[in-house]
Amino acid sequence: MDISFVIEKFVLVAIIFGISLVIAMYSTYAERKVAAFLQDRLGPDRAGPFGILQPLADGLKMFMKEEIIPTHANKWLFMVGPGLAMLTACIGTAVIPWGSPITTAAGRIIPLQVTDINVGVLYIFGVVSLSVYGVMIGGWASNNKYSLLSAIRAASQNISYEVAMGLSIIALLLVTNTMSLKEIVEMQHGWHWNVLYQPLGFLLFIICAFAETNRAPFDLPECETELIGGYHTEYSSMKLGFYLFAEYINMFVSSAVMATLYFGGYNYPGMDWVLTQVGPVIAPLIGTAVLFAKIFAFIFFFMWVRWTIPRFRYDQLMHLGWKVLIPIAIANVIVTGIVIAIVEKF
Amino acid sequence: MEPLTSKKKILIQKPLNFAERMYLPALGKGLAITISHFFKKEATIRYPEVQREMSINWRGMHSLKRDENGKERCTACGLCALSCPAEAITMIAAERKPEEKDLYREEKYAAVYEINMLRCIFCGLCEEACPKEAIYLDGPIVPSDYLRKDFIYGKDKLVEEPLVKK
Repeated sequence: MDISFVIEKFVLVAIIFGISLVIAMYSTYAERKVAAFLQDRLGPDRAGPFGILQPLADGLKMFMKEEIIPTHANKWLFMVGPGLAMLTACIGTAVIPWGSPITTAAGRIIPLQVTDINVGVLYIFGVVSLSVYGVMIGGWASNNKYSLLSAIRAASQNISYEVAMGLSIIALLLVTNTMSLKEIVEMQHGWHWNVLYQPLGFLLFIICAFAETNRAPFDLPECETELIGGYHTEYSSMKLGFYLFAEYINMFVSSAVMATLYFGGYNYPGMDWVLTQVGPVIAPLIGTAVLFAKIFAFIFFFMWVRWTIPRFRYDQLMHLGWKVLIPIAIANVIVTGIVIAIVEKF
Repeated sequence: MEPLTSKKKILIQKPLNFAERMYLPALGKGLAITISHFFKKEATIRYPEVQREMSINWRGMHSLKRDENGKERCTACGLCALSCPAEAITMIAAERKPEEKDLYREEKYAAVYEINMLRCIFCGLCEEACPKEAIYLDGPIVPSDYLRKDFIYGKDKLVEEPLVKK
């Protein structure tokens, strides 16, 4: 392993980490702006031009707040909770291919992906499942009934929707025949996006993604009307900031995963023509820009839905998860399998 | 019980049809409504920078007027204080000295003229009562303050700016 490889990966990791933090930071701003525009308001516009310094002001406020740890809380786990939430949110980006490999003038190929493991889909799936531990540990360690109820809700919700999510991915894997995210993206070259072959699977996946990221209409773990603040009722200062931040990073990661799995990742119609026009260094960067455009579109969709649909009741949530999504997902797997078998036969 | 009006209407809740039970069409409709609001003009007015125009019969802070030569119009007759239902106006009259001829229009003038803005109800009776057209409620909103004594506005705040000599 040569040193340039290490430097290359280190730089890539640092860039991706920085980008995901900045995007999460500005998601808070975008959320408030989108909410305001959808409600015929202006949103924050005092800090800097158009209020673009608002996230910095919010961050500063979070840092300045008094740090309170409840007397009867489990101190160790109380501190681990937000850190775990943040960690699991950040490591998900490692397997996402951010662009096609760049071929430099010296003939060196730089892949724009931190690591291409052959079970990339499973890795994402595992990381997403882990993310609920931050919520559960924080909720339990707070020693507060509301936090505990919220943690229980988060756990049961994530377990319920992971099943449907996994089944929708199985249908996708039947189509792609691989679990490597890089190969999945490369198969979707041009406009052969998986959403065209798996529209129902995509619908199931996006519904489950809303549930997994605890976003509205599935934000039961933090519904203020029932649970005060939810699992972070007892949290203050930057620990609370970490929880809120982790939620936005999760949103970014699941948007990236959706764009990668179903919407062609960095592929776009006419990419071969662009490649011949601008050369092998610029073309992958355009692809990366396209991927980020898709991600931002999904993030916008997350926010748009949040300000449209009211929160589900708990029994409705469970009904939707177990009695609707899972049967549809199973049917989707079976139909996909049959269609593939027929196509291969003839 | 007999119905009191003929407007009684029996509501029948029909069971949801398939499209309604699917939930997705309704979802699309809702999303369309919210996105249409995204492009609408905001109702917000950026207050300190942009101020709404007041209506033409708006009554704000009082101002004591000057005449065309820059002399104070008020003659301290006390009709405004008399007409004031909230008893917000007090004044002390004084006689004009010969050298003050450029300052006051009449021989008598108000040496002290105070309006308690906490008492004032901005009814406008003082401007109606004034025979000299000396007081008008044409100013801005009276600003907030911390102490009661600061709401008693004297002539320093009420009298119009003197005319600028060309």
